[in-house]
Order: sequence, then C-alpha cells, then structure tokens
Amino acid sequence: MIDFVGKRGWFFFVSAIMVLIAITLLSTFKLSFGLDFTGGTSLTISFVPEVDYTESAQIQSQLREEMTRLGYSEAMPQFLKESHDFFIRMKFISPEEVNELGDHLKTVFARDVEVSVPLEMSPAIAMETARNAAIAVIIAAVAMLFYVVWAFRRMPKPFRWGTCAVIAILHDVLIVIGIFSLLGWLFGVEIDALFITGLLAVVGYSINNTVVVFDRVRENMSKSISPDFAQTVNCSVVETLGRCLNTSLTTLFVVLALFLFGGATIHYFVLVLLLGIIVGTYTSLCIAGELLVMWEKGEWRKFSSWLPFVKRTA
Amino acid sequence: MGRRNTYLLVFILALFGFTLWSVVPLDTKLLGPNGLTLGLDLKGGSQLLYEADLSQKDPSITDAEAMSAVIEKIQRRVNEFGTTEPLIMKQGTDQILVQLPGVQDINEAIKLIGKTALLDFREQESDENGNPVFDEKGNPVFKDQPARATGNDGEEKELVGKYLKRARLDVGPYGAAVVVALEWDPEGAHLFEQITKRNVGKQLAIFLDNELISAPVVKEAIAGGRAQIEGNFSMDEAEMLAIQLNSGSLDVPLTIIGRERPDPTLGADSIKKSLLAAGIGIAILLLFMLLYYRFLGLIACFSLGIYGVFLLAILSFFPITLTLSGIAGVIVSLGMAVDADVLIFERTKEELRAGRSIGAAIEAGFNHAWTAIRDSNITTFIACGVLIWLGRSGAFHAFMVSGFAITLFIGVALSMFTAITVTRTFLRLVIASQLITNPAAYGVKT
Repeated sequence: MIDFVGKRGWFFFVSAIMVLIAITLLSTFKLSFGLDFTGGTSLTISFVPEVDYTESAQIQSQLREEMTRLGYSEAMPQFLKESHDFFIRMKFISPEEVNELGDHLKTVFARDVEVSVPLEMSPAIAMETARNAAIAVIIAAVAMLFYVVWAFRRMPKPFRWGTCAVIAILHDVLIVIGIFSLLGWLFGVEIDALFITGLLAVVGYSINNTVVVFDRVRENMSKSISPDFAQTVNCSVVETLGRCLNTSLTTLFVVLALFLFGGATIHYFVLVLLLGIIVGTYTSLCIAGELLVMWEKGEWRKFSSWLPFVKRTA
Repeated sequence: MGRRNTYLLVFILALFGFTLWSVVPLDTKLLGPNGLTLGLDLKGGSQLLYEADLSQKDPSITDAEAMSAVIEKIQRRVNEFGTTEPLIMKQGTDQILVQLPGVQDINEAIKLIGKTALLDFREQESDENGNPVFDEKGNPVFKDQPARATGNDGEEKELVGKYLKRARLDVGPYGAAVVVALEWDPEGAHLFEQITKRNVGKQLAIFLDNELISAPVVKEAIAGGRAQIEGNFSMDEAEMLAIQLNSGSLDVPLTIIGRERPDPTLGADSIKKSLLAAGIGIAILLLFMLLYYRFLGLIACFSLGIYGVFLLAILSFFPITLTLSGIAGVIVSLGMAVDADVLIFERTKEELRAGRSIGAAIEAGFNHAWTAIRDSNITTFIACGVLIWLGRSGAFHAFMVSGFAITLFIGVALSMFTAITVTRTFLRLVIASQLITNPAAYGVKT
C-alpha cells in the first residue's frame, strides 16, 4: 500500500513552498484586473481606408497625442495586427463623449473614423462587481465549512473536518491565483468575471474530491479498521485513489480538449479549470486527509515550537 | 425487484424517447429559434446597463412603480427598434439591463431609449356633418394632432402627458370592476373639461409615442380634474394602462453605466471550436470508460447518452439562455456525472474483489457510493446557489456567473438521477438476464 499519510511532511513542505511562491508572485506582480473590476471604457478605432502596417507607428503616436490633447492622457492606443484597428483602454467616458471623440478624430485625421465600444463599465458598477465576487467567495467557503461540519457531525470534532476541507480549498485558490498573477505579468492576462466563475468551479470541484476522501475516512472509522488514525486515513486515501484519479482524468480529457482546441474567448477560463482540477486532485489526496492526521496527532504544537514568540502549551 | 425494475426501465425509456423526440430537429433547427436559446456572447449584439436616478422621481410614487414605468417605456422603444428577442430587466433597485441581440450600432438605440415618453390625447376625426368617421373595419379614425383647448392663461394648448399628475388603479363605484383613475393638474383639468364637453358620446384616444394605447368613450363632461377609465379590464390590463399613462410623468433620468458589444464572429467561431473540442474530449472520455470499466463502462456510456439528451431537453424547454460560461457549466457537470458513475463502479469492483457475487457487488456499490455522491454534490449545489445569488445582483457580467451556476446546478442534479436510477436500472436488467457473469467483463482480474 502506498503510504500517503506517512509522507505528509513532504507534501506539506511542497505545498508550503507552492503557496509561498504564489504569495510572492501575487505581491510582486499583483493581479491585472479587467474592466469588469476596474471600470472604464475600451474603444476600437477603425480607420477607413484601413491603416497600413507601415504607417501604423506614425498614426499610433499621432493618436496618442490627440488623446492627450482631449484630456485622456492615460489612453495608450495599441495597433491590432489582425484587424488593422487601434484598441484603447481608458477611464470611463459617456456615450456623448465617445461620439465627440469620434468627430474630433475624423477632422484631425481627415479620413473616416469609426469608434466602437466593445465594453464600457462605470467604476461604481465595477466596484459592485468586485465586492459581490469577494462576498460570493467568502459565503461559498463559509457555507461549505458549515455543510462539511454538519455532514461529519457524528465524527469526533467535526469542526476539524470542515476546517481542513476549507484550508484545502484556500490552498488551491491561492495557487491558481498565483499562477494567474504570473500570467498577467507575462502575457497581460486579466482577471475578469469569468475568471471568478472558473475559480468558484474549482472550489466546488476541489471540495467535491475532498468530501469523497473524507466520506471514506468516516466509513472506515465506523468500521474501525485500525486503531491508528493515520493508518485509517491512509487506507481511505488509497481506497479512493482509483476513483479520484479516474474522475480527474475523465474531466481533464474534456477540459484539456477545450483548452487545446476550444475557442479563444474561453481559453483562460478553461485554463483556470485545468489548473484547478490538477491542484484540487493533489490536495484531496495529499493535503486534506493529512491535515486531519496532523491535527489529531497534535503536530501543530510540534510545528509551533519552532516558531519564535509562540508559547508552548504542552 | 424484478417487476419494479421493469417498470422503471419502461419509464426511463419512455421518458428518453419523448425527450429525444422533443430535442431532435425535425422541422426546426436545434440552435434555431425553437431550439436552444443562445446568450449575447454567442450570437452577438449589444447590451446596455442603465441607472435610473430615483431621487428625481415623483415623490408620490414608490421606487418600484417608477422602475416598472421606465422599463415599460424602454420595452416600447426597443420594440419600435425592431430587434428580435430583446431582453429588458431590472437589476438591483435602480439598474436596468437592456440586451439587443444582433444590434451592432447601438448609438441609435441609445438615442431612442433616452427620449422622454410622449403621451397625448386625440379626438376622433369627424365628417362635414359632425359625425365620427370610421374606417372600413369599423374602427374609429383619430386625428393626427393632440386635442386642443384654451388654457387657463387664455392661450390654446394641446392636451399632453405633462398635465397628467398621475394614473392609478382603482375600484369602480360599485366595488366590482377595476378602473384606471386619472388625476390632472389645474391646467390639465381645465383643458380636459373643455375637450370632454365637446366629445360626449365619442371616443377620446390616448396615444403614447404615436401609438394608440386606449380609446375610452366620453360619457359626460368632466370637471375638477379627476376622471376614470372604465372597461372590462383584467387587473393586469388595468395596471399596464396605468403604467403607460404614467410613463410621461414618471420619467426619471437614465444614465448609461455600462455597455458591451460582444463580437458575434468571435462568438460563432468560439462556439464552433468549443463544440468540436468538447466532442473530442467526450469521445476520449467514453473510450476511457469503456477500456477501463469494460462492460460497466458501456452501461455508463448509455446512461451518459441519456443524460446528454435530458440535459439538452431541459435547456431548450425552459429555456435557459446558453452562454459560453453556461457551456463550461455543462462540461463541468459532465465531469461530475462521470464522477458519480466512477464512484459506483470503483465501489462495485472493490466488492467484487472481496469475493461477492456480481449482483450483490453492484447493489453494495450503489449503496456505499451514495453518501459520497450526496455529500460531494451538495457542496457543489452550495457553490451554485451562491453563484446564482451573485448573478442576480450587479453588472451584466454577473450574467455569465449565474449562467455557469444554473447549468452546473441542473447538470449535477440530473447526474444524480442518471447515475443512481438509470445506471442502476440497466445494470439490474443485465444481472437479471444473467448474460454477463464473468468478473473480467467488469474490469476485475479473477
């Protein structure tokens, strides 16, 4: 039998490193939020006749100057090679101001200019979206904590089970967010409402796996297969190993196919799912149950004795 | 067990046959108007988010009344614009979401929606002898211009919505019928009195944005500024009329706080690619199930097929608007549907290895897997519930969030039915027939 629980020290070490890296990435690169969360206007400016690649640099700088003259100094026009249009993301402006901008550009460039607005979001609404997203994540975590505590109420100390499950979720969420902060820095991947959706799907998926493992521990405890809790947990992890891997694998087939061949609009959303499923499977097998054992054996105390300023209670 | 199982099997097959018949395109296209409802991100179009300034409304009415009047107004304007299947709904307390599928240039729509409502009263056209004119169908013909009369200051004025203080639902004099009560301001009362006086016995038409909404018959000259419109109204009709009458006076300023124009070509491209990708993924998934679980896998493939048809039927029946995130929800729920089968099969294999007979192993597999399926799915339901709640408030991207959650919720709930009922019924049938008794067929080495 593979000894998962016996190697828990290693798993915790690996996870601690990953979480540390995620936190470091987050604090260095931050997250680049999309318009959903920051508010603002994105504009596509197309010229008729189309802007040639050779003149794009010159028009780009001219466009930049004009935007500054109109008081939109933060606007940075980008040339889109596929459509030969310019893309600008700037502060929130009203539809009338967009029309004025279009008229102004028409006279300055002396060609037909079409300004369209792919997305516009007032800062107040963006704030509300961001706040709602945060509330949703917190409520979901608390509700799941309560449900797990309730589902395992016949176990001794059910609160521990819930807490371990929630720690496992937070671990997954943190790692996925960390990876996306790196992606944001490297490729300008933005955090939007769809990302939050993906993250919540990951939360649901991760807790689903963890509950399956816990369910087996519950069953094995009532059968009292071993007096040693660590062995009971390990037995349960090994018994559910086939199921966990198969389920993850089958879901991964579909998600991976979507990631490789699917449409561009859901590319990063699918990436969230992909990463979340991999990390979630790892946590449910190597972290959640092991945390329970660690708590049961009072290893927190052993660990805390290494830390300065923490009074030893035992 | 045997007879009950047969009944269940007949029930499942009948249900399957019925849903298949309802889903499969015979004369309509699957993704057409009678098929799945596609979200704006898939079919393209524009959406606008308005905020109503409720501090500027008439203080005598509630916020909800003001909002429903504004929404009614927008509805009428959008219909004028000729968009197919527009969606106008209230979000939160003071926001209105307007979705215009297929509309690329929204500037015109913005202008149209932003106009204030024009309510006016018109007299019937009369011939030389002063008799009212009717068209060939017997409907009265009304003048093109609002009715005019002398105002309090002696100048000639048109009877229009700005003199109407408010309209509300009321109960008729004998407490039986529902009526719409009108209340004019002093100027309006004066105009209304003169106009009703010269139109007794004739119809006085009410036009909203040049569209006839009602034409009550004037019974007598009405002084004092209070009038009632009687008729065989249902509650809803009377309420609608009151809202329409109020739409001029209830106008509150609207500001655009968000707009979006998803690229339809991107959406179409995306849906095509994503469907292909999902197809590939599902094919690999089924192949894996077949190879790994052999005969059990075959049963799983059948029940997943039934699951897919049921899901499609539910999505198109209600109908649930399918967005990109909704498709993602379907995919995740598919994973969870497979998960339920995997849980049961793994359990069954364990019991087989422990030396049980195939029938007993399968029953034990179902019984033991149930708690895990239940608990893990309930946690998913909790996540979905939170997401659906989140999607009810906030900006339009919250739509994507609730779209995901709704399809995931339906998918997971359905997967519990297919995994527990459908798979089990099929398996019991096979066991009862004693066709396959070799454990190797179930993926267990003997």
